[in-house]
Amino acid sequence: MLKIILAVVGRDLKLAMRRQADIVSALFFFVIVVSLFPLGIGPEPDLLRKLAPGVLWVAALLATMLSLPRLFADDHRDGTLEQLALAPHPLGLVVTGKVIAHWLVSGLPLALIAPVLGIQFDLSTDALLVLTGAILLGTPALSGIGAIGAALTLGLRGGGVLLSLLVLPLYIPVLIFGAGAVDATVSGLGGEGHLSLLAAMTFASLGFAPWASAAALKIALE
Amino acid sequence: MLEADNLECVRGERRLFAGLGFNLEAGELLYLQGRNGAGKTSLLRMIIGLLPPETGEIRWKGKSIRSSGDEFRADLCYLGHLNAIKEELTPLENLLASAHLADEALSEDDALDALEQVGLAGREDLACKYLSQGQKRRVALARLVKERRPLWVLDEPFVALDVAAVDWLAGIISAHLQRGGLAVMTTHQLVAIPAGTVRELKLS
Repeated sequence: MLKIILAVVGRDLKLAMRRQADIVSALFFFVIVVSLFPLGIGPEPDLLRKLAPGVLWVAALLATMLSLPRLFADDHRDGTLEQLALAPHPLGLVVTGKVIAHWLVSGLPLALIAPVLGIQFDLSTDALLVLTGAILLGTPALSGIGAIGAALTLGLRGGGVLLSLLVLPLYIPVLIFGAGAVDATVSGLGGEGHLSLLAAMTFASLGFAPWASAAALKIALE
Repeated sequence: MLEADNLECVRGERRLFAGLGFNLEAGELLYLQGRNGAGKTSLLRMIIGLLPPETGEIRWKGKSIRSSGDEFRADLCYLGHLNAIKEELTPLENLLASAHLADEALSEDDALDALEQVGLAGREDLACKYLSQGQKRRVALARLVKERRPLWVLDEPFVALDVAAVDWLAGIISAHLQRGGLAVMTTHQLVAIPAGTVRELKLS
């Protein structure tokens, strides 16, 4: 079971390394969107501190969305998806591997660069740590939920827009608790509760989303 | 070994075929023929279990392929009209990755040997996007060289191949039949397969 997941993760990471432009462009999108806010709002530290969690999280959601349409589309186009569906293991495990690989190349870099961007918003060290932790815990859920949307819209014309309409509303809980964790830390309440809920959402979506995506992929392959 | 009963295929509003059945034993090859749109590829996709038939059933070793699932797929090798190779990976990496994902043991030496047999020696480390159509097809076909699964389902395997490669592939398929394997394939060019019993099924 672990072997097939690792095989898929390994393959997808190798492909991502050969196509670094994709990773870098999503990351730069995140950096630029987040940086536009302090420039647009001006040097008002109190306002910026207040906006920071929401801005960073919304930008993280959008940056994750950028790479989602290609999650299954490339494999579908060149026939690899059929071969994966015909491999002698449940398709859900294959999708689990793809979700993990997607997180490693889209969610993880966002979490690593978020504290640097947080400095622009004058966040305290504690808040920066919680922000990084929240993005680290929350983004796997984004990849998981996104996989369902990507599988459902596979092969549709204009699927990218439909994908955003399907997936962004489902991201709302992650956004609320992710931004809430930083808010709570800034206001001195402590963000542990929010972080626990984020972790719960991540585990639930990693357990459930691959199987829902696999069911959608089977329909797309008929 | 592979039996199909009373299959019916409906795509969209059209019924492509109904009441179709066949029985294939070890060492036999089934040639599917028919004009474009007759439902050859649909029938192949039913046989590999990606497309559920409207009515009827397909059995492998006496068990319905829908209930045996992974067990059936462990005996199956499918080669579609898409090559299922990644443009960014080299032929060697493609071959190893697809074996890995299909849960097959394939050593690097075996993979190199297979690539040499399909005439890609010296190109194993070149990304597939730099290969020609025919060469990409050869990378896909290289999978068959070391493939020991009993049931091969091939969709138009001779397309984009030159004469020498067609002969080579016919040889690979007859070696498979001699080992007691089964093969189902669609083709527009009838290629003589030297060994095994060849059966034909015309869809119209």
